[in-house]
Amino acid sequence: MVTIADARREQILDWLEEVKDPEVPVLSVRELGVLRDVEVTGEGVVVVMTPTYSGCPAMHAMEAEVLATLARHGVPNASVRTVYSPAWTTDWMSDEAKAKLAAYGIAPPGRAESDDLVPLRRRAPVECPYCHSVNTIVRSEFGSTACKAILYCNGCHQPFELFKAI
Amino acid sequence: MTSGKRETGDGKREEAGIGEPGTGNPAPDNGWVPGARPATATSGVAENSFFEYLLRLADDRLVLGHRLSEWCGHAPILEEDIALANIALDLIGQASMLLKLAGEVEGKGRTEDALAYFRDAIEFRNVQLVELPNGDFAVTIVRQFLFDAWDVLVLERLMGASNKTLAGIAAKALKEAKYHLRHTAEWVRMLGDGTAESHARAQRALDDLWPYAAELFLADEIDAQAVASGSGVDAEALRDRWRQTVDRVLSEATLVVPKDGFAPRGGRIGRHTEHLGRMLADMQSLARAHPGATW
Repeated sequence: MVTIADARREQILDWLEEVKDPEVPVLSVRELGVLRDVEVTGEGVVVVMTPTYSGCPAMHAMEAEVLATLARHGVPNASVRTVYSPAWTTDWMSDEAKAKLAAYGIAPPGRAESDDLVPLRRRAPVECPYCHSVNTIVRSEFGSTACKAILYCNGCHQPFELFKAI
Repeated sequence: MTSGKRETGDGKREEAGIGEPGTGNPAPDNGWVPGARPATATSGVAENSFFEYLLRLADDRLVLGHRLSEWCGHAPILEEDIALANIALDLIGQASMLLKLAGEVEGKGRTEDALAYFRDAIEFRNVQLVELPNGDFAVTIVRQFLFDAWDVLVLERLMGASNKTLAGIAAKALKEAKYHLRHTAEWVRMLGDGTAESHARAQRALDDLWPYAAELFLADEIDAQAVASGSGVDAEALRDRWRQTVDRVLSEATLVVPKDGFAPRGGRIGRHTEHLGRMLADMQSLARAHPGATW
């Protein structure tokens, strides 16, 4: 049975699709995995969110945008609750979301928690989002935001970003 | 020190109890209270040992994160400038979560900002390793590598902490720490197995920093109580696995593992090198010049 609260929750989740990652504007906060849940209670709406990286400065912007979006749709008394567990992982990203990233020019993350993170071990090859060559090299482990690394494609001689798998 | 003149963040409840009248102004939201004295004991024996334990975890990250941030705009290459700033951001973010939890555990109304910006050096509980000046790039990388190799072991265990918030923070931080370790291990190899100049600098950094790493594995009654409550790590038990990682990377880097000898200690109970006070003077200046300020 679909209750009024369930329907309300679905409606709110729908509205929150409008909130994008400010650094990766093709992904919504839900696709990114940062939006975990919406709780509808008698007192109001609680949006449950989890940070990508511990110090990600975009989190504040995303929280503010969530509240502003709900206010625009006339939802009073909305608040954000931050949870740390389960820890955010790029494995939550759907294939559809990964395809959006690739189309935007950002190589999507591979499988998280792979052996790649063992010190001094070779990594799995990363495919260039432009020409699909796997003849690519890591230029910088860290990129313009906490969630990305910078790579270079030897095939099409194009630098590109990789969404880090964690 | 005259406590009446101290501008250290403290609890609102504490203020009335210790017989030091405040200024009569309402306390700003960050928990800063004019004229309040620090609640943290400097003897190492605190009334709230879990609070102390959380400060140790948090202060390692806060101080190391700030040290790394000093490289911003000064690193040898742009990619490393970005990398060091990113690692700094992760560590400061972790410190922020841990200090928030510490403030809740303490129960005196201190926020993460009050704990970060309104404690003096003697109240910090980080190991001395992380407060040392950055030196050259080799010193920064070797220090970070020695810390990261320890950090992943600590966080792996804290993921199972009985305190669920701490367990959640650890699970999150572990992902970041593994990424840091991969990066710094590769740099240690590149520097050690690089040119004669980079090798000499990396070896010198290792020789200088090695004695300080020993403090990471010291434990006292604060640690023991945290372990007993199910929310701590037996630091001494981490040494063997830490040595496995460190030895393997140093061997690939053609660096010689220094001999164990005299090892400075005391950071965990507030005894620090002269460097921490100077670092904090810089780190805390804005918050102390404008107490209660927010973005």
